[in-house]
Amino acid sequence: MGFNFQDIRKDFPILDQQVNKHPWVYFDNAATAQRPKVVLEKIREFSVITNANIHRGTHDHAIRTTEAYENARDIVKDFLHAEAREEIIFTHGTTESINLVARSFCEKFLTAGDEIIVTEMEHHANIVPWQMACERHQAMLKVLPFSDKGELRMELLETLITNRTKIIAVAHVSNTLGTVNPIEEIIRIAHTHHIPVLIDGAQSVPHIAIDVQKLDCDFYAFSGHKIYGPTGIGVLYGKRALLDTMPPFLGGGEMIEQVTFEKTTYNELPHKFEAGTPHYVGAIALGTAIQYIQSIGLDKIANYEHHLLNHATKQMKALGDLHIFGESPSKTGVICFKLDQIHPFDLGTLLDQLGIAVRTGRLCADPVMDHYHVTAMTRASFAFYNSEEEIDLFIKALQRIRSMF
Amino acid sequence: MTIEEVQQEIIADFSVYEDWMDKYTYLIELGNELKPIDDAFKNDQNLIRGCQSRVWLQQKMEGDHLIFEAESDALIVKGLVALLLKVFSDRTPQEILDADPQFIDTIGLRQHLSPTRSNGLMAMVKQIKLYALAYKQISSQKK
Repeated sequence: MGFNFQDIRKDFPILDQQVNKHPWVYFDNAATAQRPKVVLEKIREFSVITNANIHRGTHDHAIRTTEAYENARDIVKDFLHAEAREEIIFTHGTTESINLVARSFCEKFLTAGDEIIVTEMEHHANIVPWQMACERHQAMLKVLPFSDKGELRMELLETLITNRTKIIAVAHVSNTLGTVNPIEEIIRIAHTHHIPVLIDGAQSVPHIAIDVQKLDCDFYAFSGHKIYGPTGIGVLYGKRALLDTMPPFLGGGEMIEQVTFEKTTYNELPHKFEAGTPHYVGAIALGTAIQYIQSIGLDKIANYEHHLLNHATKQMKALGDLHIFGESPSKTGVICFKLDQIHPFDLGTLLDQLGIAVRTGRLCADPVMDHYHVTAMTRASFAFYNSEEEIDLFIKALQRIRSMF
Repeated sequence: MTIEEVQQEIIADFSVYEDWMDKYTYLIELGNELKPIDDAFKNDQNLIRGCQSRVWLQQKMEGDHLIFEAESDALIVKGLVALLLKVFSDRTPQEILDADPQFIDTIGLRQHLSPTRSNGLMAMVKQIKLYALAYKQISSQKK
């Protein structure tokens, strides 16, 4: 298909509407993205034309739905360049994926006195499950800080690692600072100490091509709804050797081999970690979303988004008295900022009156707020269906709003 | 003036502005005019935490009237706080319990009283009512 902006806009009919009598400008893509027509049609197809539970029946619809679901697994496997389809687990999203590892990996490998390392810029989804695991196992959580520029203090990583460190969890891209973290380096260092690494890929997969074998990460998690698929579906990639040793997360149907009241044996990968009826419509639609962006070309998407980010950053800085949180030279997707002394709530409310959707608040990243001693931030985040013209409207809106204070 | 009359006056003041941005400019003005509360009262006890903005609410009884002072770190919220104080402050507990701040709906700012956890305003109204209930019970126990 290639990258044709006008065609792309037409693929997302939801964008063609007014909000508060202004053309809708959707700059909250880091919270959730919009879904292209092909994804919506696929969801409809598996509600109106074909539907039956998967893995459970031998009738026509069951076979077809199961095939579509397992085909989606293959699409994800190829998308991540994973070695085996058994390494792709469908979950409800990044949060569940991380909870799965925090629960299951830690049950097997974490004992009292052990340590887990996360970073100061993590989303709560990549902090709280580890805190809970540490509480359960009397382990300690250590934090790799970041600089005011928004970059991880890599020089401190090895000082945090000890022979009790059992896992390191880090975001590929920060949802507040936009920083693309040097995860290859983190993985390399961790592996010299035989420590596995989990990568939170929620904010990266829509913007960056991922090759889990090249990265050699042990776990990689992402959400469907941020990559133009539906909500309620996500992925955990895990190295087979690790997943095989981990006990199941949720118990129930599908993840078992045989059940008696004396003993139950568990199914093999990936089904061991997919208890109950999955959101199979979501998984199938996620496969479609991935194919859609592959047909445009992730590299073309990344180039275009980079251009948008640069355009926005330049224009915003030109406004003067505008502070951007996170100015790493390696950034993608998001701009968190402060305009004059205007409270983010006020700014977000007024931008909304002008039809522009941004995110305000603590962005599920309390430690980031605390680092900069702010109570809230405003975040604009772009996708490949946004335009320079929309950014220009946003800049004009900021100028108009600042004159109200 | 009764609470109802105060609400009607606020609605009348707002109806002057047709353009949304003008309504918000007026609200910001009101917020700027609101008397700041003593720093000593901006403590955790008086804080009504919201994800988007913080609201502090200070109260005291003077005679049979409940007096409120409040502040927010967001100006639009401060403006709404100013309006809520016009309606609720310096009233008997019973008047407060009987009052319903429907003026916010009428002037079209309903989204700011939504029950999401995103702002402290809904919680502030609830807290005001709770104080009124507490004071009413205390004074009826005294009798």
